[in-house]
Amino acid sequence: MKEIAIVAFSQSDCLARAGAANEVELIMPQLRAVFDQVGLNNAQDVDFVCSGSCDYLQGAAFAFVAGVDALGAVPPIKESHVEMDAAWALYESILKIRMGQAESALIYGFAKASSGELPIVLSQQLDPYYLAPLWVDNVSLAAMQARQLLERGLASERAMAEVVVRARRHALANPHAQLSGDVSVEELLAAETFVAPLRESDCAPVADGAAAMIICTVEKARAWGVPYARITGIDHRIETHNLGMRDLTDSVSTRQAAEAAGMKRGPVQVAELYAPFSHQEIILCRALGLGDETVINPSGGVMAGNLMMASGLARMGEVFRRIASGEIGRGIAHATSGPCLQHNLVAVLESA
Amino acid sequence: MAQPDVLSQPFELGFTYTRSTGPVVGRFLTGLRDRRIFGIRASDGRVIVPPMEYDPNTAAALDEFVEVGQQGTIRSWCWVKRPRAAHPLQQPFAWAMIQLDGADVPMIHCVAAAAEEELATGARVQVKWADEPRGFITDIRCFELVDRKTTAEGATNPAAPANDDSPVTRIDAPVYLHYNFTAGRAPARFLARIKEGVLSGQRCPRCANVYIPPRGSCPACGVATEEEVVLPDKATVQSFTIVAIPIPNNPIKPPFVIANLVLDGANISFIHLLSECENSEVHIGQRVQAVWKPQAEWGYAMDNIRYFRPIDEPDVPVAMIGKLPVTGWEG
Repeated sequence: MKEIAIVAFSQSDCLARAGAANEVELIMPQLRAVFDQVGLNNAQDVDFVCSGSCDYLQGAAFAFVAGVDALGAVPPIKESHVEMDAAWALYESILKIRMGQAESALIYGFAKASSGELPIVLSQQLDPYYLAPLWVDNVSLAAMQARQLLERGLASERAMAEVVVRARRHALANPHAQLSGDVSVEELLAAETFVAPLRESDCAPVADGAAAMIICTVEKARAWGVPYARITGIDHRIETHNLGMRDLTDSVSTRQAAEAAGMKRGPVQVAELYAPFSHQEIILCRALGLGDETVINPSGGVMAGNLMMASGLARMGEVFRRIASGEIGRGIAHATSGPCLQHNLVAVLESA
Repeated sequence: MAQPDVLSQPFELGFTYTRSTGPVVGRFLTGLRDRRIFGIRASDGRVIVPPMEYDPNTAAALDEFVEVGQQGTIRSWCWVKRPRAAHPLQQPFAWAMIQLDGADVPMIHCVAAAAEEELATGARVQVKWADEPRGFITDIRCFELVDRKTTAEGATNPAAPANDDSPVTRIDAPVYLHYNFTAGRAPARFLARIKEGVLSGQRCPRCANVYIPPRGSCPACGVATEEEVVLPDKATVQSFTIVAIPIPNNPIKPPFVIANLVLDGANISFIHLLSECENSEVHIGQRVQAVWKPQAEWGYAMDNIRYFRPIDEPDVPVAMIGKLPVTGWEG
């Protein structure tokens, strides 16, 4: 089976509102950046292109087709799209390469979620008979998950605040962060609740923007002569849509994906976890069995800025950057989708 | 040229969904219409409310319905201090996971309560029915905390009027979402110029094609477009269609002509109306010119041009369409 390498990654600044920038204008600078990292001209120079986005977020039908205007798709290219975070576009691209139909792929994700009322838009991804007509928003669902965690003694409001404190401190070194700084647990806990038991600080700040990545076979990466990280394992699992039937205090699908991806075959120096709510990082760390030997979210994670439809891909990118620079030798990246960590993807990245 | 930083406009996106229910969801919704609640027995014997069509663990099709109680116990909850406009209750309220008596799996619905302090995991709640149930999840208007002193099970809920005994097989579930659409940099520049009566495209730095309206990139080359190119308001018909059927919510009465038009100096067409013409005489290669609204009515919009009308210039050969200079067509 062909070994796969990440050779380039770029993401935009996390902006609460991108203002006067359309899809193409959000995507193009990130594509240019990854093409330049490898020395490519445009999408004609890779074998496959796959993007991740969700038209509901900006309320523009076929916004993902507008995104293709950024590629240089004349003559026609091999192109695909997932209505999900671009981490799943990465997954599709890996399959494409492993099937022998491509040696390289461009992946990008983007969103302009500020156009709509995101929690209400996301309510429409729920069961269309029983939940969507009630407009149950994703923050409220996460808050009910957090309460279960708190009342079973599996987390405390202090531990949740500590997640935020560490994330914002890490984000000081992240030039794309929307939220960073030195803040104390006491300061965070002094704030009133938002959707109790969650405080606003427990919820990742939602950002407009884009991220892009180039992957290829290890042979191609050597031929291009650029630093790379190998993706030695990747898997994703999904749980039932019926929230009442899930144990919301655990993440079975994350654990299964990590096992299948081979996380435990070596040390995990860094874990970039897509946890849009502070308590979900606690759930993920426990599900994965991560301890003190692992640095969690050195970028600040999505608490530094949650680029909708690109944050999962950005988790992969953050681990890639640290491996390609020689800072670490092995780490994992996680992406999530759906309410209360319903659907989870784990990738294992290792040095050349 | 003064240009606003951001051009934005609110809009409502509507999906007028109707959904067929199938036998399982339909049975549940029929129950709600009759103010009764049915769950379904899973492969392991647990009762799931609302009922699922397939067992999430074994994938077995489920069909054993079980009526459950109209009171239940809160298994988790959150408190919404500031309800959103779309939420079913507009006073502060709780969302809760409620395990109805006789059910083994909690369902999600809202709970009306005067204050957050009244809520607790383990608290008992009961259904408050909508005044006029119709076979929809909102027939349960909300849950309310059980008043232990006065309320016996079901006592607050008179039976629904039995004016309809046909099963629910379909629901109307329209979705309306509200957005504030923001124009990109290139479209905003175009719109600011057309407000002044100027048609302004952008040229690709690589292939030199001129796009109007511009989107900020050359789709063929995948590079950003920056150079502004002012174009005249004369164009050539690249293709057209005559619309003979009325289109819902379109104020224009058929028959009318919609055409792909290429402005002189541009290489890519846009769509606009053709009028002041014999529809039967419209043809590819025909020369046309913009008919503008009065200047006082100009806004950030393409409909500053009411339509294009034929002009007395020789036809453009098909091979030349989209290749004319800014100076126009000499014939």
